[in-house]
Amino acid sequence: MSKYLELSAYEIVEKIKTHELIVEDYIASLNDRIRKMEEKIHAYITLTKELALKKAREIDKKIKKGKKVGRLCGVGIAIKDNMCTKGIKTTCASHMLDFFIPPYDATVVKRIEDEDSIMIGKTNMDEFAMGSSTEHSYFGPTHNPWDLGRVPGGSSGGSAAAVASSMATLALGSDTGGSIRCPASFCSTVGLKPTYGLVSRYGLIAYANSLEQIGPITKDVRDCALLLSCIAGHDPLDSTSVDTPKKDYLDFLIDDVDGVKIGIPCEFFGEGTQEPVEKSVWNAISKLEELGAKYEEFSFESLHYALPAYYIIAMSESSSNLARYDGLRYGYRVPNKSYDWNTVFSKNRRLGFGFEVKRRIILGTFALSAGYYDEYYLKAQKIRTIIKRDFEKAYKKFDILIGPTLPVLPFKIGEKINDPLEMYMCDVDTVPANLTGLPSISIPCGFSKGLPIGLQIIAPPFREDLLVQVAFTYQKNSNYKVKTL
Amino acid sequence: MRKKSNIKEQKENVKLSPKNIKKIAWLARIKLQKKEIDLFTNQLNDILAYFAKIDEVNVENIPPAYHVLEIVNVLRKDEVKPSLEQTFQTVPQTKGRFVKAPKMT
Amino acid sequence: MSMVKSSEIKIGLEVHCQLTNLMTKLFCSCSSDYRREDPNTYICPICMGVPGTLPVLNEKALEDATMVAIALNSDISERMLFFRKNYFYPDMPKNFQISQYDKAGGVPFSLGGYVQINKKKIRIRRIQIEEDPGKLIYEGTIESSAYTLVDYNRANIALIEIVTEPDIRSPKEARKFLEKLRSILEHLGVSDGSLEGSMRCDANVSLKGGRRVEIKNISSFKEVERALNFEITRQKKFMEGGLVIGQETRHWDEVRRITISLRSKEEEEDYRYFPEPDLVPIKISKEYLEDIKLRMPELPDDRTKRFMKQYNLLLQNAEILTRNKKIADFFEECLKLYKNPRELSNWLIGELLPYLHNKNKELEEIRFTPKHIVDLLKFIDDGTINRKMAKSILQEILSTRKMPYVIIKEKGLKKILDKKYVIKNVEKVIKDNPKAVEDSLVDEKAIHYLMGQLMILTKGKIDPKIADEILRKRLQLVKNRL
Repeated sequence: MSKYLELSAYEIVEKIKTHELIVEDYIASLNDRIRKMEEKIHAYITLTKELALKKAREIDKKIKKGKKVGRLCGVGIAIKDNMCTKGIKTTCASHMLDFFIPPYDATVVKRIEDEDSIMIGKTNMDEFAMGSSTEHSYFGPTHNPWDLGRVPGGSSGGSAAAVASSMATLALGSDTGGSIRCPASFCSTVGLKPTYGLVSRYGLIAYANSLEQIGPITKDVRDCALLLSCIAGHDPLDSTSVDTPKKDYLDFLIDDVDGVKIGIPCEFFGEGTQEPVEKSVWNAISKLEELGAKYEEFSFESLHYALPAYYIIAMSESSSNLARYDGLRYGYRVPNKSYDWNTVFSKNRRLGFGFEVKRRIILGTFALSAGYYDEYYLKAQKIRTIIKRDFEKAYKKFDILIGPTLPVLPFKIGEKINDPLEMYMCDVDTVPANLTGLPSISIPCGFSKGLPIGLQIIAPPFREDLLVQVAFTYQKNSNYKVKTL
Repeated sequence: MRKKSNIKEQKENVKLSPKNIKKIAWLARIKLQKKEIDLFTNQLNDILAYFAKIDEVNVENIPPAYHVLEIVNVLRKDEVKPSLEQTFQTVPQTKGRFVKAPKMT
Repeated sequence: MSMVKSSEIKIGLEVHCQLTNLMTKLFCSCSSDYRREDPNTYICPICMGVPGTLPVLNEKALEDATMVAIALNSDISERMLFFRKNYFYPDMPKNFQISQYDKAGGVPFSLGGYVQINKKKIRIRRIQIEEDPGKLIYEGTIESSAYTLVDYNRANIALIEIVTEPDIRSPKEARKFLEKLRSILEHLGVSDGSLEGSMRCDANVSLKGGRRVEIKNISSFKEVERALNFEITRQKKFMEGGLVIGQETRHWDEVRRITISLRSKEEEEDYRYFPEPDLVPIKISKEYLEDIKLRMPELPDDRTKRFMKQYNLLLQNAEILTRNKKIADFFEECLKLYKNPRELSNWLIGELLPYLHNKNKELEEIRFTPKHIVDLLKFIDDGTINRKMAKSILQEILSTRKMPYVIIKEKGLKKILDKKYVIKNVEKVIKDNPKAVEDSLVDEKAIHYLMGQLMILTKGKIDPKIADEILRKRLQLVKNRL
């Protein structure tokens, strides 16, 4: 593997600025890597190799002329295929949007382009972000680079697999119930879900809009801080984006956790947590304690209800968000016969959507329907308030909360696909952060029989700086370093 | 954590019949085939049985958290921006400048 | 069939008014001026519901809605949410409409209020903000068209929905209510009712002993009275035939002028309302309200009072003028050039308004300007023409838009002011009618007879006042001689 591919994004930018690295060469080596690995891993839906080389040449010219370049200058980035890229197919891994070419760029895409990053391609995912394994893709599953017979996690599995296998240096994913953190954990990369409202959702094809955020998937914490700094910030096109002063998260790469108070909800180690996971996570906690942090276990009862509340809310919102896919203005449309519009819409949607999507739409429609709204949707939203308040209480005592990202090791492809409920259970530790809008990071904390394990840190609202600092400290001081294949 | 103490207060678990599912599918305009309805009937009922867990929680006087943020009043100036010509290019079937939809009845 | 007593009728209206004075749509920055454009011209990813797009509320829409609520005496909610109304239809870009709701924790923009028509208050149930869907066009009728054409220019245009209590007791009253509402909205400057499709209405009507029937698809206020009259008659006939009126939805067919039952395949639509996650709550502060109140323009009722005071008009006439803002504005524009408001008001009410009503036109359509009427009235005042002539000239002005002096000149109607001409003819009449002259010394009727003769002789072209003056003077001279 080319030496370039071992470098982090931060290092690449440095080397480009000091003329040690020619962007075109670096991008060519990424393309080469893809040629070798992609067939086995299937991280991408669309590759933009030629465009990437073209942009690389342009940046090289810019550097030569001494022009100012962006913070992500020349870095190859993979973008999850649910973020709109103007002129480039955006499918959400669905037959419904097989040929959808967005007429506009997502805000996040514009921002990273303005920073001179180079898009390598659009990555595979669970259809419409509904899943935890990237097996629910119309284009077939992505394979975990650490064990090709296993899932990479989901729904941003393609993005995580691309970074883990060095087919991209950086990636963007989206997280509605754990979809950044889960694949980050399964693929041994860093993944961060920002506080709700920190990163613009304009251009993110919605699954559950009160729960989701776009975030970075990277090789290390420094790259995560870099990418986050570039994408965060107010967007007037997104009513739910906050207008707070911009932070440079690179400022928080400080090796210090002295006195940090860590809360550990016992519920994070509930029934179903595999032993190697528990062991690895506790090792990491011990490490942090060694470095000066203090931890305390406590009972966070309302977490028991986070998963059902999450799914009810997510399914309800998705049933409405996906209503627009009727084949009329874009997307899949049955060949024209003389059916009336109801029939046409119903056929388009039956053929355009996969099973998991249909399941969630049906349940979501049900949860919002007359007579059931109060018992399901409204109640779930009230439980959400309870959980939110309990987190606020916890943060009066603790600085951060820690637990495993997932209760299980990466499972085999096909293992859980026929049992939706079992698949949903994988999200049990990640959904609380989505329900409450809190920022959360997953960092690698070990392996078991060659399979990656992730540590999850959850901070108070807009305290990504804390996440970065603690994660950075851990990475700097642990035996285990982030590996990429 | 407030829990309902009396088990009798918990409602009967909802069970969806194939007929219910067909009706919901109509509301969602998805024409499910028989094998899909059969598959879903079991799966969805399993999931609903799991969802019933939330019955245990007492939510009296708790407001819903429809929005997690405290933001209010996000507004936009009433100033025209040019419309996007390319928006029309994604339309699969057109007649002149119209979007062509199937007949109504 | 017996007449339906007003006490037996209950009518409620759901009025949808576009906020036509907004430059852009409700949640995106596309131009709202779509009426003369090709289809699908003013569209963008947001109003087309392209995946990934998000709505952002137009600040002026909020101001307009606040003014409407204040004008209708409605209580504005302190904190409100937007809701999604979920249903599928080809004119819905997202297959849900962003609207407001008054259940499930939702509050509409405002609750309560009333509109005063004469002595009666028609109560308002609620006012809310929502987006307009696109437009559907058929080749032929809705039933026979092999496909449907959709134009999304109108999609996402800002609408105010005003729902009344069923306080209305007749189709005529419904029309009066809508006229008043339109006038209020036009005086506020938020909506122009003359624009096609800017004000639409659904009506709910029930008769005593029957359930509520909803009539949809009434495209203009003018059609409302017609539709309601038809429906009431239909229901009465049914009930007299021993049948029961059940709750249903019907569609107004403007061409055939009947209501048709919309028998849907499945049960009633379930809209699955829930709060719109992409829009944050709106909080209306006291300061905001006060600021809007200070900027409120003059409303029709206040304008009526002012017209009575400032121009010395009768209540009835003042009310008629303020019923339509453009007419009221026209009236005041004229008064910049002409100083007799009573006279002017009589002419506008007596001649202009009936003309517009009969021809079913709006003022702008006939391009009638203040100068057209003011010049005419000045010609009357200075004696160039008489009232009777002026009336017929006005009819011609209204249909040809020619200026008064042009018409007067063309028709040679200019009153013959030349006193010599008058004197000459007066003398002839006196000479030709000696008996009448003799009688005129004691009998007023004879003078009238002489005037008549004079008019015939001059073909009515002389000014009666001057003629009368001169005739009487001559007769006096005759008297004196005797």
